[in-house]
Amino acid sequence: MPPVAFDEMNGTGDACRAAYGLIKSWLDATDPEFLKRRQQEAEFLFRRIGITFAVYGDAEADERIIPFDIVPRVLTNSEWGTLSKGLTQRVTALNRFLADIYGKGDIIRAGIIPEQLVYQNPSFRPEMLGVKLPADVYVQIAGIDVIRTDDKDFYVLEDNARTPSGVSYMLENRDVMMRLFPDLFAEARIQPVENYPDELLATLRSLAPASAPSEPTVVLMTPGPLNSAYYEHSFLADKLGVDLVEGRDLFVRDNVVYMRTTEGPQRVDVIYRRIDDDFLDPLVFRPDSVIGVPGLISAYRAGNVTLANAVGTGVADDKAMYTYMPDIVRFYLGEEPILKNVPTWRCREPDSLKYVLEHLPELVVKEVQGSGGYGMLVGPKADKAMIETFAAKLRADPDNFIAQPTLALSTSPTFVGEGIAPRHVDLRPFVLTGSDRVRIVPGGLTRVALKEGSLVVNSSQGGGTKDTWIIEDPDDDEDAALGGGMVSQSQSQSQGGS
Amino acid sequence: MLSRHADSLFWLARYVERAENTARLLEAAARLSAMPVAHAEGANEWEMAVAATGTLDSFAATYGEANARTVVDHLAFSSTNPSSIRSCLETARTNARSVRTALTMDMWETINLGWLEMRRFSAAKMNRQELSDFLTWVKETSLRFDGSAYRTMLRNDAYYFLRLGTYIERADFTARILNVKANVLDPDRPTVGGGFDYYQWSWILRSVSALTSYHWVYRENLKPHLVADLLILKEEMPRSLVSCYDNITRFLDSLARDYGRQGPSQRRARSTLGRLQGCDLDELFKAGLTDFLADFVWDNGRLGAAIAEQYLE
Repeated sequence: MPPVAFDEMNGTGDACRAAYGLIKSWLDATDPEFLKRRQQEAEFLFRRIGITFAVYGDAEADERIIPFDIVPRVLTNSEWGTLSKGLTQRVTALNRFLADIYGKGDIIRAGIIPEQLVYQNPSFRPEMLGVKLPADVYVQIAGIDVIRTDDKDFYVLEDNARTPSGVSYMLENRDVMMRLFPDLFAEARIQPVENYPDELLATLRSLAPASAPSEPTVVLMTPGPLNSAYYEHSFLADKLGVDLVEGRDLFVRDNVVYMRTTEGPQRVDVIYRRIDDDFLDPLVFRPDSVIGVPGLISAYRAGNVTLANAVGTGVADDKAMYTYMPDIVRFYLGEEPILKNVPTWRCREPDSLKYVLEHLPELVVKEVQGSGGYGMLVGPKADKAMIETFAAKLRADPDNFIAQPTLALSTSPTFVGEGIAPRHVDLRPFVLTGSDRVRIVPGGLTRVALKEGSLVVNSSQGGGTKDTWIIEDPDDDEDAALGGGMVSQSQSQSQGGS
Repeated sequence: MLSRHADSLFWLARYVERAENTARLLEAAARLSAMPVAHAEGANEWEMAVAATGTLDSFAATYGEANARTVVDHLAFSSTNPSSIRSCLETARTNARSVRTALTMDMWETINLGWLEMRRFSAAKMNRQELSDFLTWVKETSLRFDGSAYRTMLRNDAYYFLRLGTYIERADFTARILNVKANVLDPDRPTVGGGFDYYQWSWILRSVSALTSYHWVYRENLKPHLVADLLILKEEMPRSLVSCYDNITRFLDSLARDYGRQGPSQRRARSTLGRLQGCDLDELFKAGLTDFLADFVWDNGRLGAAIAEQYLE
């Protein structure tokens, strides 16, 4: 069994941590029936707005909502400060790494990363070799999954550098919380997240090709309404105020991308694409792709259009490369990594494979290329037969796997029907990299494993989401004496009136 | 705007309008079938309803006899009839989903809720009261959509394409429903015949919610040529052909102004409007109402195609 998890409200004992003071007194003072009604209201709101996702291979319920938990997850400003510094450092290194491996290849020549891990990686795109991107930015939008196991350290679980999703939930969760619990928001001073679309647009515009006009045309490209994240695509396009295009809306002439409009062809400068590399251009990648644009890669290589994220970023975020991230940070930035890596055994190394095979019941084993919680073994939860089957897979193709200790992900109070109980959570902040700077809105998407004891937070596997609050440090009241005074004054008035 | 988005808006509006028209049609048929003189003579009211939607062939192939059960199933709930209310609301939502960014929240919620609700209704064992409630709900959904578009949308090309869809569909429906009765119309006998004939004319007016308007405008008993006058030539009647074309021309001109260019669809619409405005009722009857209406439906379809060619492809 994994050790008792660190609870973000109660720590490892019963004393409430400062960050959760408000939440604790709110939960203590609130009738569970009231919470239940609000929970149902939240679900109705999500359903009505159409915040849905599709589960592949599940034709019956082709549109579902992700369960939303009404108890927010809280971090203090100082916790966030450390985290955001670490995120900036990590994503900066990721971008330097990608520019290097598609450029001179210093890190390979320095012997830090094995050559074949890069060049034989299925996500490596030789088409990108020697292509110069605006400001050398490859990963404009990163979703870095972090977890904590105590009140000090954050660990990165996964770097999502392709087309990370979930940011619409970050925004909608906040919106729904503000509708349901306006009083809470009056009491807690929570950093806003609603400027995310503005930051994203500024990021995308800053990376328009040199040949673009001063007001570049930005579009969001979706595979279409059948895609599981279509809601998010339409939501973001709306908030960004840009056209939501499909492949068939675009065409390429003389290495320039145009969209078909009611007034004729219009040039497109920046494409925020939510479609995988494989499907972008049938002339270069999968020839059977009907959702791509013939000639797009040629226009891209000619420097006439910016793709966000760049083609070929997948090589940086697979689980084999993950194990090298601390070295990558040191190599490019000459700094010690602020965010930790979860200790990881690379099964491609014989010593590690031996250790992993001997310790399977206590480890989590993941496919190097896997995502979404599919194709993994959670040792402590598996029976003997499952472990033996997996061991065979592992021996047959060790390169394809990594293993990690079963981490006691922190828990956060969660409304579970009978009342409040601790459930395991992770956090996906979204990191934006422009030509000028890195932007991170304070917060992110907290995912919660709703099943008791479960460590899998993926929505495809029964996970839910929470609003994520970054609040002022409770001891910082002196810094905001005036603001604090005004808030408590209005509180006492409202209490007097009730 | 993206051509595909304009196309989705155009068809979104058409399908919502069609759902409402079909609901009114069924409402009128149900009312007519409750009359004591029903089944007295000729085509029954249910068959007329199917004829008005232009789906007699596919209906006959699937159901055979036209009665309350089969026609309600065909026009309201069938998933094989692309113009049934269910199909209309589904297609409307598919279009709305692919063009969400061009819709306001109010419009989207109306369409999405309509689609969610629709899945709760089914033809099985629906009694008269339930049918009536259902049809009222369909009309309300359409009205709410129309109202939210009117009240919340920016007045730009997105709005114009939406409205063009509404009016082209509306004109099509008015012409078709009039034609159901027009082909039995005798120009030399300009008064309404007995019992059932009377109810059929009132049925047509009811299907386009114009019965009360008729009395206000003419202060007369039902006369076929006045019904035709009201539904074809009266500019103040919002479902008349001339009123629809007045709006179509206006929205096409708005597009041309914004885009700085006139085209074939503007010319085509203006020519149809001119013909309607210069039309004389007596001559129209002499030349044959049925032919006139059939030509109109064809022209109206051609305009839809011209708009598609000019803007939507």
